[in-house]
Amino acid sequence: MTALLEVDNLHVTFATRKETIEAVRGVSFTMGREKLGIVGESGSGKSVTCRALLGLVRPPGKVTADRLVFDGAELEQNDARTMQGIRGRRIAMVMQDPKYSLNPVMTVGEQIAEAYRIHARASRAEARRKTIEMLEAVKIRRPEQVYASYPHEVSGGMGQRIMIAMMLIPGPDLLIADEPTSALDVTVQLQLLAIMDDLVQERGMGLIFISHDLNLVASFCDRIVIMYAGRIMEVCSAADLHQARHPYTRGLLNCLPQIDTPPGELPVLERDPAWRDGVS
Amino acid sequence: MISVNGLDVVFGRGHRALRAVADASFEVEAGGVYGIVGESGSGKSTILNVLSGLNRRWNGTVTIDGERQGQRRDQDFHKKVQMVFQDPYGSLHPRHTVDRILSEPVAIHGLGQAEDRVLRALEEVGLGPEFRFRYPHQLSGGQRQRVAVARALILEPRILLLDEPTSALDVSVQAEVLNLLTGLQRRRNLTYILVSHDLAVVAHMCRRIAVMNRGVIVEELGVETLRRRAPEHPYTRQLLDASIGYNREAVATMEEFEGGV
Repeated sequence: MTALLEVDNLHVTFATRKETIEAVRGVSFTMGREKLGIVGESGSGKSVTCRALLGLVRPPGKVTADRLVFDGAELEQNDARTMQGIRGRRIAMVMQDPKYSLNPVMTVGEQIAEAYRIHARASRAEARRKTIEMLEAVKIRRPEQVYASYPHEVSGGMGQRIMIAMMLIPGPDLLIADEPTSALDVTVQLQLLAIMDDLVQERGMGLIFISHDLNLVASFCDRIVIMYAGRIMEVCSAADLHQARHPYTRGLLNCLPQIDTPPGELPVLERDPAWRDGVS
Repeated sequence: MISVNGLDVVFGRGHRALRAVADASFEVEAGGVYGIVGESGSGKSTILNVLSGLNRRWNGTVTIDGERQGQRRDQDFHKKVQMVFQDPYGSLHPRHTVDRILSEPVAIHGLGQAEDRVLRALEEVGLGPEFRFRYPHQLSGGQRQRVAVARALILEPRILLLDEPTSALDVSVQAEVLNLLTGLQRRRNLTYILVSHDLAVVAHMCRRIAVMNRGVIVEELGVETLRRRAPEHPYTRQLLDASIGYNREAVATMEEFEGGV
């Protein structure tokens, strides 16, 4: 498996007047064209890691890394023009809430077509045709009707399908999905994952799936990265998650209520300060 | 303790009318923990809003502690029934200290000894006295939800209505808040109605569970039935399958369920 993405010793810091906050502290991982899950609680640095890959960390945030290699080429974080060529075209990102990601005063079809035209220099008619195709690919039943509707007229699940269509239309090699389904009902959530699963497989893409839901990630992804306080605690294959060794991973698994275990006290996660410093 | 019979809630009128809750009936005994589970728009929170008096346009019979409830509730009612909301970032006044948030209900009900009560309430939810003069933005999500629980408890109610009390929290914090709620329920013999979209949370906390879809209680079942994975209604079975995690084959068989309206 050739590496699609190599991250070596990534740091992201935010300097405030009082102190410097280290949001990501020495994260390294390698991934191929696979489904990689990044799991962690709020503040663990999982979203910032991915935003850093895309060059989306704004000052005063600072990104440093020993190596960031995407598809054989160094990602030049400081070169705005190269990043512009990569962002969207080669690496795309779906965010949590479609309500804030879509332009409220433009029909969804025009927005997707715009994304296509920026990256592919196609005619309007061609872009429209491609957009309808893409809406069909994300299993939208009446693509023409949805093309002409505004974001407020579609449901959350539909909105997220539209986002996926928009992100996939330039044909990226890597899709980053940051909690794409957390705001949705369970059944809608699973249907959306199935759509992503199929498309990623058909197109031979890599997928980074960020989530706080350990069970969901374990059942959906190939490999899992577990993050805490800006560090990677453990990387394991999804199938072996339940044999995970790191006490943080074990703690996260244990504190989930289960349908088939009798009620009582849930084990509470005890945080070891050593995890923060990466001694263990 | 709580008895709901033929509850109907309609939003809007004419051709745009939406029957948010349709002919819902259930009973909760004193000291019971009753769960309502369903997806968004199923009407589960609407039922809580009716019970708490936040929603005043409904039809049916609601009896709480032997008293038949009208559309309006008096002060005594609120001393008996309190509610905890989903989002502790939205339900606490950002410019009031914890002390002020907790003393306000004491003052409204003229209970006196505000200081004692505030300190006791804080202790009961596992927050020390050092939290008393903090503002909500100085607290974590879990601490805020503890303050929200303390505010509900300070009037010493007998019924707590919990609307997705842990959905906005991390799983490790969720475990702490659920443990807190379990402990309080046992110590004070409180009656709970817990609304959640998370089947595992409801199964962990509740003995009896109502499953709602599009305004209708499609099934009421005991937690043992859920644990045996033997619910009757196909909608409940689908929720149960979905709660296990992602499975490409299972997703293909999922269907839309029509409400019974």
